[in-house]
Amino acid sequence: MSAALLIDILLWGSVVGVGLIAFRRGPTVFKASLREGAMDFINIVPRIALGVIGSGYIAAIIPQEVITGWLGPDSGWLGVASAVVAGAATPGGPVIGFSIGTVALKSGGGVPQVVAYVVAWALFAFQRVILWEIPFMPARFVWFRCAVSVPFPFLAAAIAMVIGKP
Amino acid sequence: MSEPSPNHPAPAEDAESEPRPGRARKPIGWSTIIIAVLVAVSAALVWRRDGTAGVLDILTHDLSLFSGILPRVLAGCLLGALISEILPHEKVSRSLGPKSGLMGLLIGTAFGAILPGGPFTAYPVASALLAVGADFGATIAMVVSWTLIGYGRAVAWEIPIMGTDFTLWRILISLPLPVLAGALGRFVYIRIYPKPSAKDDET
Repeated sequence: MSAALLIDILLWGSVVGVGLIAFRRGPTVFKASLREGAMDFINIVPRIALGVIGSGYIAAIIPQEVITGWLGPDSGWLGVASAVVAGAATPGGPVIGFSIGTVALKSGGGVPQVVAYVVAWALFAFQRVILWEIPFMPARFVWFRCAVSVPFPFLAAAIAMVIGKP
Repeated sequence: MSEPSPNHPAPAEDAESEPRPGRARKPIGWSTIIIAVLVAVSAALVWRRDGTAGVLDILTHDLSLFSGILPRVLAGCLLGALISEILPHEKVSRSLGPKSGLMGLLIGTAFGAILPGGPFTAYPVASALLAVGADFGATIAMVVSWTLIGYGRAVAWEIPIMGTDFTLWRILISLPLPVLAGALGRFVYIRIYPKPSAKDDET
């Protein structure tokens, strides 16, 4: 997949770029931050391993049909609310999330509801929060950010209702 | 709960000699335990439904996924560490701190939008920003911007699966959200934590 390759190039390019800046500040700074980054990596790997290797099982017991059901024909704000819940509850990675959104669009789901679903999934899908965000960031920040994010899928749906379809 | 640092007023422009404030690094937290239990229960249910073969199928698939992700996690960790080392703390807390105003939220949003990579980059970098003096509001704007208007996931996943029209339109709708989320975050933060650890008095 070439997009993945592009992202890898950008990612490692940024590491090298920032690394050069750090190196010009002096080898001590550079070495210290490399050590720091490596330690972060070692500390985080077990948790990432647990999450990534375990996520397949979680996805397997919450089948997509359950989520798609919540994104059903229910239109209006009730539909938006259940789309938000569905977004938060969707397990697995981006393929699952976006595929469910596409299925919902094709099977007659309303556009504002699908927007609410995709935005809610992006903001606080439980699995990404637990698997990625909590290991890297202070837990207090993560819960605060999630709580503050709750209104925004609704706002996105409202904007979608006002400006209409793509 | 590593509150960034007891901020000794940094000797101007001399950020590099300062030791980097430690980041939150809890060994095995309750969130790890929750996900471990969740995984164990799910694996047991899969085993009861599909037998050992089903369990092994998922395991091999996820192991290959994991080995693909690993180098990127390393890149993200290095990026986070290097960024927090080279960013001058004083400047960060001025332009992304509690008093940075709308500008801080806009900078956080722009930063999140251009940040390359996935969650393995965004969260280490956000955590680094938090450690060198960004406030919750600007960091929220950055994380929300990365997740909603960042190009990484859109290019790799959303456009191929949901189509270009929907994706661009969805991003357009999302444009105001990071700044609003950051503003709401700040608004709520100063009400929940009225005296943010007594370190809010730098001007």
